[in-house]
Amino acid sequence: MRSEDLLPLQERTADRPETLSEIAGGGFRMIGGRNRGVDGFQKSTGKAIYTDDIVLPGMLHAKILRSTEPHARIQSIDASAALALEGVHDVITGRDIPTAYGIIPWTPDEHALAVEKVRFVGDAVACVAAVDEDTANAALDLIEVEYEALPYYLDPEKALTLEAAETPIHAPRKPGGNGNILKRVQLEFGPVDEKMSEADVVVEGEYYFHGTTHAPIEPHCAIARLNQDGLLVVWSATQVPHYLHREIARVLGLDVAKVRVVQPAVGGAFGGKSEPFDLEFCVALLALRTGRPVKILYTREEVFYSHRGRHPMKMKYRVGASENGRILAVDAETILDGGAYASFGLVTTYYSGQLLTAPYEIESYRFDSTRVYTNKAPCGPKRGHGSVQPRFAFEISLDKVAERLQMDPIEFRRGVFMGTGRTVNEFRVQSNGFLECLEAVEKASGWKEKYGKMPYGRGLGVAGSCYISGTNYPIYPNPMPQAAVQVQVERSGRVTVLHGASEIGQGSDSTMAYIACEELGVPLDYVRVFSADTDLVPVDLGAYSSRETIMVGNACLMACRRVGDLVGGSVAAEWEVEPSRVRLAGGWAFDVKDTERRMPIAAAFQLAEAEHGTLGAVGHYNTPKEGVHGDYRGGTIGASPAYSFTAHVADVEVDPDTGFVDVRTIWVAHDCGRALNPVLVEGQIEGSAYMGHAEAVLEEQEYMVGEHEGGLHNAPSLLDYRIPTSMDCPEFVPFIVESNDPEGPYGAKEAGEGPLHPSLPAIANAIYDAIGIRIDSLPFTPPRVWQAIRDAEAVKMAEEVA
Amino acid sequence: MKDVLTLQVNGDQVEVGVPTHYTLLETLRYVLGLTGSKQGCDKGDCGACTVLLDGEAHLSCIMPVYEALGHEITTVEGLADGPYPHPLQDAFDLTGAAQCGFCTPGILCSAHGLLAENRSPSRQEIQQALSGNLCRCTGYTKIFEAVEVAAESLRTGMDPRDIVAERYEVALPSRSMQPLSDLLKEPHA
Repeated sequence: MRSEDLLPLQERTADRPETLSEIAGGGFRMIGGRNRGVDGFQKSTGKAIYTDDIVLPGMLHAKILRSTEPHARIQSIDASAALALEGVHDVITGRDIPTAYGIIPWTPDEHALAVEKVRFVGDAVACVAAVDEDTANAALDLIEVEYEALPYYLDPEKALTLEAAETPIHAPRKPGGNGNILKRVQLEFGPVDEKMSEADVVVEGEYYFHGTTHAPIEPHCAIARLNQDGLLVVWSATQVPHYLHREIARVLGLDVAKVRVVQPAVGGAFGGKSEPFDLEFCVALLALRTGRPVKILYTREEVFYSHRGRHPMKMKYRVGASENGRILAVDAETILDGGAYASFGLVTTYYSGQLLTAPYEIESYRFDSTRVYTNKAPCGPKRGHGSVQPRFAFEISLDKVAERLQMDPIEFRRGVFMGTGRTVNEFRVQSNGFLECLEAVEKASGWKEKYGKMPYGRGLGVAGSCYISGTNYPIYPNPMPQAAVQVQVERSGRVTVLHGASEIGQGSDSTMAYIACEELGVPLDYVRVFSADTDLVPVDLGAYSSRETIMVGNACLMACRRVGDLVGGSVAAEWEVEPSRVRLAGGWAFDVKDTERRMPIAAAFQLAEAEHGTLGAVGHYNTPKEGVHGDYRGGTIGASPAYSFTAHVADVEVDPDTGFVDVRTIWVAHDCGRALNPVLVEGQIEGSAYMGHAEAVLEEQEYMVGEHEGGLHNAPSLLDYRIPTSMDCPEFVPFIVESNDPEGPYGAKEAGEGPLHPSLPAIANAIYDAIGIRIDSLPFTPPRVWQAIRDAEAVKMAEEVA
Repeated sequence: MKDVLTLQVNGDQVEVGVPTHYTLLETLRYVLGLTGSKQGCDKGDCGACTVLLDGEAHLSCIMPVYEALGHEITTVEGLADGPYPHPLQDAFDLTGAAQCGFCTPGILCSAHGLLAENRSPSRQEIQQALSGNLCRCTGYTKIFEAVEVAAESLRTGMDPRDIVAERYEVALPSRSMQPLSDLLKEPHA
């Protein structure tokens, strides 16, 4: 086939030849453009296949029996009547699957089905597989479980008492310890007491974060099938296929090479699907035992009980500042309410202190965080893992400091901007666009004209934050790459990217496609992306800690450049020019010094294939280890290749008669390094601000107290757990700041989690500006705000009388 | 126990054997294999199951299948005009209105119901029309924009791509990711 034969068809999608001169001198062709996603039409036409959309021949449906007790010993389980029911194929209990698991290798404290004890209302006890869901549900009613009730603890401070330690939720890991404590972390950087004593202003406060959940619209779902050749295939709505792959093999005693985990389209996750869950182990075991494919789809109630949402935290903060506006000392004491199991809790405990130290210059810092077990659904990582709560306490504290110093809160934050370099806890920051973020929201909100000057009931508030772009170390220690990509280049011009990142709506599939287009010069519709199938793609650790763009993106860049160099080299040889003169872009290979010299990209691929054989390459990424964090114990946790920065200004209106807080507008500026596609970045910024706003004024993961209903979720439905509708949202105004980090692909950093953090304190600070009352406990629901206003009035009246 | 029912779905008359207690959503997903409509809560809270009955948005997860008898049922799979995507579907892709995409089929149906009545909806009218559909990813902004773009396209006959390009004052890489419709429209372009 001669190269020019392809031209008429190629012209449909290739750039017009006369436009090539515009990019001959450099600049991006694809990166930074407002491009479509690679999966947009699949999703907008109902073709995208989510786990529950998969139906396999002969598939059984399974249901999990859940504990009605918050804390109890299991005396007996009688499943004989259930097994006898027509249509029931199998019933399994904890005895059948006794190996403990946990996402953090040091704290495996969960069982797919309870062994000996249940630890919260909703804990999994038994699982039935039947011909259909109705039969499985009917069988659950026939299972008799006898419980011996144990004392239960819903308040972490109660779980910390000596009395509670006598009947702990988990056996102590060290003799004599309180089994209700998962982890305590105490770290100090610099002479905090000395600096605090030098401070001109010390602000002390107690803050409470109430706990919220992810509530993705897609409930968790998993399917397993045993192939007759001995391969176990598991489809799951997970955001960590690789960890799930390992854990299924380990817990079921299988050869990991004979397990395949496939992640279909995922309908939202936000951290709520970032560890193995009971349903995945149950379908796997039931498929092995019955020889039939087995599916479990959680009910919405089960999604609330599986939880892993944001930890409630009680936080005491002291912040000392000098009269010229330096932050001399920060002293934090935090109790994390962990719920019944460890989940990521070990990391959360560190994150509650470690992630607070940018974007400001803090001269000394100490934190003391304790994560405590309680008899509630387990908490875990939710968007902005472990650091949204302390950020709430800290940014309110900073507002109080600025007020005491009679400084404008934005001016004060500008004054303590750290720039690049080292945080007080020794993390290396190589790019920092926080000042540009502050400026963007200051200007857009009309801050200078409005702050402190609006009528009673109306106010503006500001807050800033920092977040990680991936964690420097994987969850299980190993020296192998954190991310890898395989690229295939075919003679038709088609490029296939095989990568392990989990597309959960954030756009990782599209992002990899944009990188392939940029590097290999193909139009977007020439790229196919396959991801998150452990049999097809290289290992990636999953969609958590905002790691995909930077890590998988870098791996993709490496793979594409390797194969792109071969293509460029072959073309250069054909034209007898230096390889640096050949650019692949917009559907062409062309000479940057003479754009009349060009060939369709497929022809270039064919030249290279003729020279080198079948074209393809792999790329990988591992994090830098030298000089990126301190070498103290715990110094690796919270370290990241790059850090993102955000500033918010919120505009609120408070109705003093009802306590209703109407958040009218949130201006959000986020430094994401380079925006690989602004549409996706804006989507992440808006979605983050939405979620943070909802946590501030609407949502709360609440449990009932009382003798009989204690530990029962108060509102396990999407009606009662108040996630915002289209009528409840403020206007979100996003701004993208591009600081271009040297570690990121084209300079990119994260955008998925960072922009959430300042929402809550910005709203808190705006409420103060509106009504002059500090409310340090979340959420800002009408009863709480109304009560705060009444309390303030009572105090004022008492003072007047006195 | 099963009944044999005749339903009108996406322009087809189909005969289905359905357990008597089935909802419309169960019938669509489990019996007809139309899995585009989603189950998010199974109790009418989230709107992911929204379909059109005679052009009007309804929650299929709380509708007994019997109630759909005699009505023209349209699901997300039936919105496109043959191989041509509906302007709403094109606009959702162009504006990034679908992130995880799980609420998208229901939202498209609600939006379709709105645009059938009103081709110049205000932002507030769009908000009201979509208030029964929860989206957890986007904060809704891009969804509102997509509906506005689709409305303009339906009003003016303009390509959603050109409307988006104008709106954002950018030259969209116009020849990338062409929907099939473009190839059909301009076979010799």
